Amino acid sequence: MKSNRRKFIKFAGLAALGWSICPSLAGAGPSRYKRIEEGLRAERWAMAIDTTKLTQEVMERAIAACHELHNVPRIESDKNIKWIWVETFYNLIYDQSHPYLQERQLPVLTLCNHCDNPPCVRVCPTKATFSREDGIVLMDFHRCIGCRFCMAGCPFGARSFNYYDPKLFLDEDEINRDFPTRDMGVVEKCEFCAHLLDQGQRPACVEAAEGVLFFGDVRDPESEVRQVLGERYSLVRKPKLGTEPQVYYLI
Amino acid sequence: MYNAKYIIPGLIIFALLFTFPFWYNLGADAYEPVELELPEDYDDCLESTEYMRTEHMKMLDEWRDIYVRDGYQMYWSELKEQYFLMSLTKTCMDCHDNKEEFCDRCHDQTAVDPYCWDCHHIEP
Amino acid sequence: MLEKAIQGSALYWIWLLVLLAVIGVGFFAYLTQLDQGLSVTGLNRDVSWGFYIAQFTFLVGVAASAVMMVIPKYLHNHKAFARMLILGEFLAVAAVIMCLLFIIVDLGQPQRLFNVVLYPTPSSILFWDMVVLNGYLFLNIFVGWVTLQAERKRVGPPRWIIPFIYISIPWAISIHTVTAFLYAGLPGRDFWLTAVLAPSFLASAFAAGPALLILLAYAIKIFAKWDPGKEAIQSLAKVVIYAMLAHLFIIACKVFTAAYSMVPDKLEHYKYLYFGLEGHTMLATFSWVAISAGVIAVITLLFPKNRQADNILAFSMILVLMSTWIDKGLGLITAGFIPTPLHHIATYIPTQTELLITLGIWATGFLIITVLYKVGIGVRKEIESG
Repeated sequence: MKSNRRKFIKFAGLAALGWSICPSLAGAGPSRYKRIEEGLRAERWAMAIDTTKLTQEVMERAIAACHELHNVPRIESDKNIKWIWVETFYNLIYDQSHPYLQERQLPVLTLCNHCDNPPCVRVCPTKATFSREDGIVLMDFHRCIGCRFCMAGCPFGARSFNYYDPKLFLDEDEINRDFPTRDMGVVEKCEFCAHLLDQGQRPACVEAAEGVLFFGDVRDPESEVRQVLGERYSLVRKPKLGTEPQVYYLI
Repeated sequence: MYNAKYIIPGLIIFALLFTFPFWYNLGADAYEPVELELPEDYDDCLESTEYMRTEHMKMLDEWRDIYVRDGYQMYWSELKEQYFLMSLTKTCMDCHDNKEEFCDRCHDQTAVDPYCWDCHHIEP
Repeated sequence: MLEKAIQGSALYWIWLLVLLAVIGVGFFAYLTQLDQGLSVTGLNRDVSWGFYIAQFTFLVGVAASAVMMVIPKYLHNHKAFARMLILGEFLAVAAVIMCLLFIIVDLGQPQRLFNVVLYPTPSSILFWDMVVLNGYLFLNIFVGWVTLQAERKRVGPPRWIIPFIYISIPWAISIHTVTAFLYAGLPGRDFWLTAVLAPSFLASAFAAGPALLILLAYAIKIFAKWDPGKEAIQSLAKVVIYAMLAHLFIIACKVFTAAYSMVPDKLEHYKYLYFGLEGHTMLATFSWVAISAGVIAVITLLFPKNRQADNILAFSMILVLMSTWIDKGLGLITAGFIPTPLHHIATYIPTQTELLITLGIWATGFLIITVLYKVGIGVRKEIESG
């Protein structure tokens, strides 16, 4: 290409414009930000819950591990906060149950489904809740205005709102300082332990439940979760709503 | 002028209200730089002192967006030529471990009240 | 024109003081809520929207209903509304301001309100609701003020305002449609998940708004000694009947779909709304009051003689308001959340703090109506006295 001064000036001008819009593109050397190298990565994180092995003890261990790690306050009223909790099989999967089903009253773990097509993300007016590239539906507590549209939007009752200042219900000595507490007036929910995955660890409930919860990349045919989904019969909650839940129940 | 007896007192009241911050602070002490307790084991912060002094709030604001929303955890320090974890409690306050003598002193003097520590707890 | 708002009788000033007192009480209640969070409300994990959002929804309807005078006046040259139109527009202004206040008091982090503008999210209906409500507020203040000013100078409204008037017609429809879309687009809430939600919102709004306006017209006749005109009130009354009939018809359609299909996801909500579940029957009582009041009002008003009797008309309007207010202000939100997505029967009863804050906002609305009406009627009297 024949170059001349006019062309050069044009190009330089465009480059300057580009650089002013997106400075990180310019300049050699290490990029300003990077991920932790040991972090676990996936195309699509998913969880499979083995309902046949869910004993009371296992579930309590998983709940305690999660709620202690994330400083989830224990509030004994209908204004409570739950990230992972117990429901009967029927309440979870009533649209795929019938009166003579053995498992009707079986207690089962419940948590955010980290839907592939999450209505909570669609309705949030500030993008305070958003989908990460690896499919985790995350909350940005700094940005949430507390309108609770996401709670109305969630068809699974996975979200809790901080009606109270959660610090009132947390013991100062027992606060886990590796994870923030929340402000009054924001919504929260299970995060698939995104912060642990980024540091190379598996979710707290998966570790605590030892072999009852399978976790991994559902797009990877070799992954543990994909293997078990291939071998056994499983259900997701309310599939007809098209939210594409990524928490599978093995039965 | 029509209605001068209303307009002029009105203007005077407006001017007084508008300049309220100035005359309210008339008798107050002049601003004095505060003595901060600096970490003993290190000479530099992640960036130059001047940069940190004026930009640390913007930097932390950027960190929280990039950490929470974009999924990056490490920050490249131009000064130290090294990556650091973007964490108020683990990186910043690992060196600046005296919140009262460092963070609070300056924030009090400039009458700002950041709510970072409401949720990001440091060791008591 | 504003000077008319500061020249009034003792009664006018006493009324404003009473309203200010109620606003003050509401404001102090709100300070408690700011301090202690929404824990002071009856809201909970399962019923996460309540009285505030319900009032907001009802009032969006009242605001939208100004269009029921704008259409006859500007599209059909129905002259009877000419004198009274300004009252409709100013009512819309007050209603939209109340709507915005109800949204603000419902937020957990009101100081972050502007995040909606800082991080605009077109996929969120709440973002669009903010756009259309603020636009509608602007349109009504603007159109109302400019036309009133023109009338005062005894000239026709300026030509350039005409496009704004025409835009305000679809815009009015849009505010209530978008508000219905807040609910109608949520996949897991079968009570709201219906295409007929926006039409049903509009129908009940076009009954509630004009009903309130008729009552205000009577109040004006008594206290401001100014008659908006019998014909205008009669025209409005007809709008109320048709809208109320449409509203009741749509309720019947919704109940039929749920009851005859017997799909539990839908049916359960209607069972809760009209009969109560697991012993929670308080809402059901209100629902039947709403249905009865609506039916009685419609039957009464179908007879022209009743319609023309001021006392009966006013009483029927109170019934219509009661019916539509219970429908949106109590039933709509709560029954949408119960049963919960996990099939539990939750409860929600607004607390005293919630009621005081609500009352404070209503008082704010009435204060705005009073002041704006004072101006509007003052100008009208000035024109009509020569």
